[in-house]
Parts: sequence; structure tokens; C-alpha cells
Amino acid sequence: MKCLRWLAVFSLIAPAVWAEDPQDDWQLSEVCPPGFVLEGESCKFSSLYSEYPSLQDAGMGGLKVGLPEPRDGFKPAEIDLGRLLFFDPVLSGDGSVSCASCHQPDKGFTDGRALSRGIHGQIAERSAPSLWNVGFLDTLFWDGRAKSLEEQMLGPLYAEHEMGNTPEQLMASLSANPTYVKLFKQAFPERGLTLDTVYIALAAFESSLISLNSRYDLYAHGFHDVLNQNEIEGMNIFRSFVARCGECHTPPLFTNRELAVLGTPEPTGRPLDIGAEGPTGDRSLRGGFKVPTLRNIELTAPYMHSGRFKTLRETVEFYTKGRGHAVPEGEHLSIHWHIWEPKLTDAELDRLVDFLLTLTDQSFMPVIPERVPSGLSVVDALNHSEITTTPVAMGDTP
Amino acid sequence: MKKITLLLSLLLCLPAMAKDIIVKDGDSIQAAVNEAVSGDVILIHPGTYRESVYVDKDNITLRGVVVEGEWPVMEGDHKLNDAILYSGNNFTVEWLKIVHYKGNAIMGQSGNNYVIRNNWVVDTGVYGIFPQYGKNGLIEYNVLSGIEDAAIYVGMCDNVDVKHNEVFDSVAGIEIENTRHALVENNYAHNNTAGILVFITPGLPIKTAYDIIVRDNFVVNNNTPNFGAPGSIVSKVPVGVGIVVMAADDVKIEGNIITGNQTAGIVITDLAFVTDVASDKESEPNPDNIKVLDNLMFNNGFDPVAEVKAAMLTKFKTTGPDILANIGSAQEPDNCILNAERYTSFGIGKWSKCELTTTADVTTYLLPADAAPREIETDADRVARLYKGICAGCHAYNLRMIGPPAMAIQAQYYDNPQGIADYLANPVKKRPDFPPMPSQGHLSEELRLKVAEYMLCLSPKNLEAVAANQGQVAKCEKMSK
Ligand code: HEC
Ligand code: HEC
Ligand code: HEC
Repeated sequence: MKCLRWLAVFSLIAPAVWAEDPQDDWQLSEVCPPGFVLEGESCKFSSLYSEYPSLQDAGMGGLKVGLPEPRDGFKPAEIDLGRLLFFDPVLSGDGSVSCASCHQPDKGFTDGRALSRGIHGQIAERSAPSLWNVGFLDTLFWDGRAKSLEEQMLGPLYAEHEMGNTPEQLMASLSANPTYVKLFKQAFPERGLTLDTVYIALAAFESSLISLNSRYDLYAHGFHDVLNQNEIEGMNIFRSFVARCGECHTPPLFTNRELAVLGTPEPTGRPLDIGAEGPTGDRSLRGGFKVPTLRNIELTAPYMHSGRFKTLRETVEFYTKGRGHAVPEGEHLSIHWHIWEPKLTDAELDRLVDFLLTLTDQSFMPVIPERVPSGLSVVDALNHSEITTTPVAMGDTP
Repeated sequence: MKKITLLLSLLLCLPAMAKDIIVKDGDSIQAAVNEAVSGDVILIHPGTYRESVYVDKDNITLRGVVVEGEWPVMEGDHKLNDAILYSGNNFTVEWLKIVHYKGNAIMGQSGNNYVIRNNWVVDTGVYGIFPQYGKNGLIEYNVLSGIEDAAIYVGMCDNVDVKHNEVFDSVAGIEIENTRHALVENNYAHNNTAGILVFITPGLPIKTAYDIIVRDNFVVNNNTPNFGAPGSIVSKVPVGVGIVVMAADDVKIEGNIITGNQTAGIVITDLAFVTDVASDKESEPNPDNIKVLDNLMFNNGFDPVAEVKAAMLTKFKTTGPDILANIGSAQEPDNCILNAERYTSFGIGKWSKCELTTTADVTTYLLPADAAPREIETDADRVARLYKGICAGCHAYNLRMIGPPAMAIQAQYYDNPQGIADYLANPVKKRPDFPPMPSQGHLSEELRLKVAEYMLCLSPKNLEAVAANQGQVAKCEKMSK
């Protein structure tokens, strides 16, 4: 319901941008999305950060510091086609779920749930991460098991409890749709519709989700007046070596793209998630998760891989409740050395939250298509996780 | 008004007149920093300053004024986090006494060309001096004690000289970590748990440490029981070690006086040295190409920790060695030594004899010229980037987005950039079918005008500043140069 209302507002402010007309004359955009400029035929990332260097080209470190290599160079049409696919439930086995079901634009491209819902209301293992700035990441999934967007998307597409599709069925349903066949020809004149071009288009769209114009960013670029005293105080706590947030959530992306073992609690009743130990088999990475970005964190509750924390205040408080305080009895985790006893005061926790709220920026929000080539309902898929009647299984999920 | 000038000079690189700003007991150092512009020197007079100071500007100097032995003291009362945090380039801090902070005395994040010297630091928590992600820095003539991790910690930096410092009563004296091109020279590291550490720590985003010289230091009596925070990397370092090289490559150790360290004089080791740390397969674990040239060592290892004692027992000895390299690949012959017979040692049997005899040809690792400034070169660049970075998110050229298309705005304002500039500062609701536009009042007046002119020069296909309509041709041509 909430989602529906929001959608109405959104389509009011930003309808026909991508030149869709009501006849079946689908056209893909010839214009790069915001944050990209057309160079030759393809879109090149451009930002105030592009001009700054970074030590060893690591793409992180402080205020005026460059970003890691972006995923760019896609054509406008490829990106736009990816947008349609992203919102189209035709990608799922039963036509009920789109990528956007779990990565909803109005929730920072998450779903507001502790654990995501797949087809037939099935519950995923973890919480859906934000997709803002995902094109800069080289490690994907909470446990870091995928190294590229193309590799990552095979997960949800073909997992039985997420989108429940198969490569064969996906190709079959797209090939049966003349509009898609035409649009793929437009975006990929040589290759047309193949599984690979489906993946490329989705990756192209995901890489266009740029959020680097928050008030924090204006501060970083030298416009110091945009943050108030509380927010600046929060920023200084964030980057201090007492709280050490910035050591892992390193600007400008607010992630250092590493894995770290924190020992965050699971929702009551759920067993310990072994995290990166799973894909690596490395015992020392038990309970290790990739450091998530904190951009648009205001919009992506609940927090952590399990969605255990409902508010930012609780999440931030985790860090000052004692090293290993939530590790289950009898478990040993090699907890990261930056997790210690910073003894942050209540006021400091409040200031940290103040600062985190300056990281919100959705000004490059892509336009949600009013309709998609399959003719399936974009809105029903977006509401998928709201309308499901399956009862919430575990304790702390909202 | 002052704010606008300040912003303008920052943005437009107008050469501001450098000035001295005086801070006296009772004043705030931060207030002075807020007032300062590039090139200014903040002179801090004797007194007690209870604050955390952050410097997010370039070319700022904080200089203590010491009068007849009276120092300006930054006092953290064990409550404040860091005394000084800087991110600006070309930052200098000197002649300050800094005591009782929880995090650091001086911490840098991505500031290049930094100078940290003549500071007196006591008990400032985790680190004393900690530049991170910085290129080209000098740390000299500082005296630090009572630090629960490393007194001087150079983490993920390039090109740094650490010279003439005294570090004592801390867990680690000096730590060079995941850093390249570092010269650690002529320091006095005594009465710490360990004197000098040259480490690759796994799990950090910058993975290498190499080209490091540890030369002419006094590394003496480092036998203080380890009081590192539980779980920290240094808490795992055994008591009584002079110099530890862990996983770093191309390290040269020369001319040091290393005496009285109870476990060992020099330890060369792979990553197995620290236990219970999440592994990182992108961190290369082996210490390669280590060169131990001539050093003066005696009386090391007189009371080694249990593990070292046990290892030595296999060699029928109960005391530790001057040089310990018995762990894993540290024993390989790519490591070398001069006059090996002078020292007691364990694990260097396969080491070769160094061909290199001295590092004297390297006098500094500082860059001959400053690391490149990060200022954006021209005004036009800056304006274009500002437009693309901020405005283009809502204004496409010929399509309706969050805001109306630039093309429509060009028609409306073609001869009136000032009108746009004014609107930006104070956008009023105009179109019933659009949301309100957020104020851009945080941009200076001049910048608003430039962005407005830029907007009037946009062309359809890309955002290059090319003439879009007749009235603007001349201006836009000028801009695209
Ligand atoms: C059923 C809900 C669901 C659907 C549908 C879904 N995702 Fe996800 N997505 C998740 C969850 C949950 C995770 C985290 C899983 C994990 O880490 O184990 C995730 C992770 C991701 C990530 C990794 C982000 C990061 O920072 O590591 C990307 C990228 C992503 N999804 C993209 C997509 C795309 C593209 C689609 C459509 C093809 C899609 N998702 C469909 C729930 C979903
Ligand atoms: C050692 C590295 C590290 C440090 C230091 C650190 N974090 Fe985190 N942070 C992580 C990791 C890893 C996760 C994900 C953990 C999980 O899901 O179990 C995380 C998760 C979060 C989240 C939830 C993100 C989401 O999308 O759900 C927030 C908010 C957060 N951290 C804020 C902070 C703040 C504030 C600090 C400083 C007090 C801090 N972090 C310090 C590594 C770190
Ligand atoms: C968050 C979205 C957003 C951003 C960022 C933004 N604008 Fe706007 N802009 C709008 C909207 C929405 C309107 C229409 C407001 C109305 O008509 O009530 C608008 C209107 C305008 C107008 C028309 C004023 C008039 O008199 O009709 C101009 C000129 C303009 N914007 C310039 C800019 C410039 C230059 C920037 C960058 C410094 C910028 N905008 C950034 C959303 C934005």
C-alpha cells in the first residue's frame, strides 16, 4: 500500500522521460543516464570525484579522493533495455517477481524486509543489499561469492526460492516476445537477444545507479557550510580512530570493498550465518561479510546481512557493546581488529546517526517504467513482498 | 561576506594572501582553522586547548609557539577522540604537546605532502601519529610515549621519511604498514613491547609493503609487557623484540644498534606470526628479498617468550637470538645478510650473502617535487563537473526528468544567466506538475552564475559546452576553450 502511494507520486514527477508512447512503438533511450556523458557511442561516468587521485589507485581514503574504476562504457540503449528487464517480472519463473521486487527504488533498492521474499513467498537467506553504486564493487553478495554483476545475477535468476527461473525458460519467454526481440536488436545490433546480452543489459542498468551527490559529498568537495555542527561532529566521530567506522566504511564509497568478521547477531532463533566461510571454506572467515556501503543507509532498514537491526541507532550501538558480545556460546570467530571497545557515549551514537543521514542522495533515481514489454504488471511485482500472505517466520523480522 | 571570499578563493584558486592567525589560551584552534585559507599559518600560544581539531583544507600549518619551556597543550582528558584530524594536502603540524586523547594525537586521511615534526605526545590512546592514505610525508623530531598500539604508525602510505623521533613506553614504537618507499632513520625506539615493525597486515584495501629502509636507529631494551587492546594486531606481538618484518618485501636493515631486547633482536616472518586473524588471499604472505646489512647487535634474547624458548631448545639453547627467521618462507635464500657469523641466529642457514653493502645512496624517499595537487585545473572544468555532478541529475537536455529539460530553460533564459543564478539561490515553485527544486544556495554567487552560463550552452548529444542558440554562441565558444 505504502509502495503504491509512493509509486503514484513518482510517476507524477517523472513520467515520459524515456520516450515511451502508448502505442506499441517501444524506443530505447539515446541519452545517457544522469552521471554519465556520451563519448562516441557509449556512456562514460563523470562526477566531481573523477578528477581526484587516490593512493595506489585504491579508490578510497578520505574526502577529496578518487573512486575505484567504474563499470561504464555501456550504450544508452543497453542501459535503458536493462532498466526494462530489471522491472519486468517476466524474468522470474512464474512471472510474479522482478529484480525490483527485492530491490525497490523507493527503499534504496532494498525491500524493507529482514529476509527477502522470492516466488511463492519463499524466504531468502539474507537481507537484500542496496544497489546504489554497485557498479564500483568487485565483490558481491554479503559473503563476497560473486566477482562481477553478471556472475551475481545468476544467483537470484535461477535460485528456486528467489526468481525460480531457468536459462532455457528465460530465453524462451523473451524470444517469444517480439518487442524484446526488437529491443535487443536495437541495443545489440550484432548479437541480438542471447543470455549474455540479457546479463549485459542488466549489468549496464545496475551500473547506472549512482549516488554521489549527498550533502556529505558537497562537504567533501569543499562546500563546508552544507553540514551543520551535529553532522560535522558525527563525521569526525565516524572517521576518528575511536569509532573507526571510516576504516572499513571508507569514503567516497563508504566501503573498503573488503570482507570483515564482526560477529553481528542473527534474528532470534536463526543459526549463525557462516558468511564467507561458506564459499571459501576458510575457517578464519567464518561469520565474515563484505563491508556494505552506507550510502542511502537512511532508506535501507532493516540493517545487517540478516536484517537484525530495525533502526540505525541500534545498528550503530552494536559497535560499542563489546567485542564479540553477540557471538553465540561455543562459537569462535576471528573478529576483526577494528572491532573493539570504543566506549561511545549516547550523544556520540546520536551524532553518528546524524552523519549517516547526510549520505542520502537519490537525485539520479532512474525512472520506473509504467509498463514493460511482457505486459506484466510492474506494480504488482514491486508490491510482491508487501502483499504476500505467508506469515513471517522468524522472530525479529518486521 | 568573509565566507563568500573564502569559498571563492578556494574554488577559483585566486592567490589569497597567506596570513598568520594567532590563537591564545582560551581561544579555539578550530575557530582559527575555520577562518584560515590556503597558505595560512595558525600560531598556537602556550595554554591548554581541550578540543578535537579537523582540517579539511589544503596548505594549512598549525604551529605551536613554545615560550621559555611553556608549550601549548592539547588536552583530551581521556574523553576526546582525536586531537588533530587532517585531510587537506600540504598540512604541517609542529611544536604541540598533545596528551590524553582516546584515538590519536595526529591522524591524516589522504592528505599528501604532510609534515609532522617537533611534537610531544603522551598517552593519546591507540596511536600517536598516524598518517593514512597519504603520499609524500615527513615525520621527524617527535617524542612520543605511552601509546597502546604504535606510537608512530604509517598505514597505507607512499613515500615517507620517519627520522629522529624518540618513541618509548608504547606497545610498538614505529610501525610501517602496507606502505611503500619508506625510510626509517635515526630514531630512538626503547622500552616498548617491540621497537620497529614493518608489516603487511591482511584484510586492508592496499595490500603491499616494499622498498623500505630501516637505518641507523637505536632499538634498545624493548621489554615492556604488551598492553595492546585485546584483539588488536599488536596485542599479538611477543614482548622483547627489536625489529619485526612481517610479509613485507625488499626491506633493508642497516646500521642499527639493536641491544637488550629480551626475545630477539630482529624477527623476519610470514603472516603466520599473528594468529586468529581472518585470512586474505590477496595479501602475499612471504617476506621476500630482505637484506640485513651490518648492524650492531648484542645482548638480545636473554629471556625469550615461551614459543621462542621452545624453538631454541630444538637447537639446544635457552636464550633467544639476534636474528630469528625460523618461520616458513623467511628462511629462503632470497633473503640475505652481511657478516652473519657475528650474530646469534636461527633460521638463516639458507640465506645468501648480500651483494649490497650499504643503502647510503638513498638519502630520502620524499618526492623531489610535491605530489600532484588535487585541485581541478581550470574554472571551466570545475563548472562543467558541477553541472554534471549536481544539475544533470534532474535536468536532462531535451527530456523531462525530475526537473524541466535544459532546452526549455534555454529558451526561457537565453539572454539572462543572472536570472538562473538568482533562481538557484532561491527557487520558487513555478510549475504545478513539477516538484519544487532544492535550493542551491550553498554555491557561491559567482559559481551560480557560471553554472547558469554553462546550462545555457548545453547541446543535445552530450554535455559539452557548445553553442546551443544564437545569443549564446560567442560566450559558449569562449567557454569551450
Ligand atoms: C527474492 C528477492 C531478490 C530478487 C528477486 C533479486 N534479488 Fe538481488 N539480492 C537479494 C538478496 C537477498 C541479496 C543478498 C544475497 C546474499 O548476499 O547472499 C541480493 C544481492 C544482490 C546483489 C549484490 C549486491 C551487493 O552489494 O553485494 C546484486 C547486484 C543484486 N542482488 C542484483 C539483482 C538483480 C539484477 C536481480 C534480478 C535479476 C535481483 N538482484 C533479484 C534479493 C533478491
Ligand atoms: C571492521 C570493519 C568495520 C568497522 C570498523 C565498522 N563496520 Fe559497519 N559494517 C561492517 C560489516 C562487515 C557490516 C555487515 C555486517 C553484517 O551484516 O553482519 C557492517 C554493517 C554496517 C551497517 C549496516 C549496513 C546495512 O546495509 O545493513 C551500518 C549502518 C554500519 N555498519 C555502520 C558502522 C558504523 C557507524 C561504524 C563505526 C561505529 C562501523 N560501521 C564500523 C564493517 C565494519
Ligand atoms: C533534485 C533535482 C534538481 C536539481 C539537483 C536541480 N534542479 Fe533545477 N529544477 C528542478 C525542478 C523540479 C524544477 C522545476 C521547479 C518548478 O518549476 O517549480 C527546476 C527548475 C530549474 C530551472 C527553471 C527555473 C524557472 O524559472 O523556471 C532552472 C534554471 C534550473 N532548475 C537550473 C538548475 C541548475 C543550474 C541546477 C544545478 C546547480 C539545478 N537546476 C539542479 C530540479 C532540480
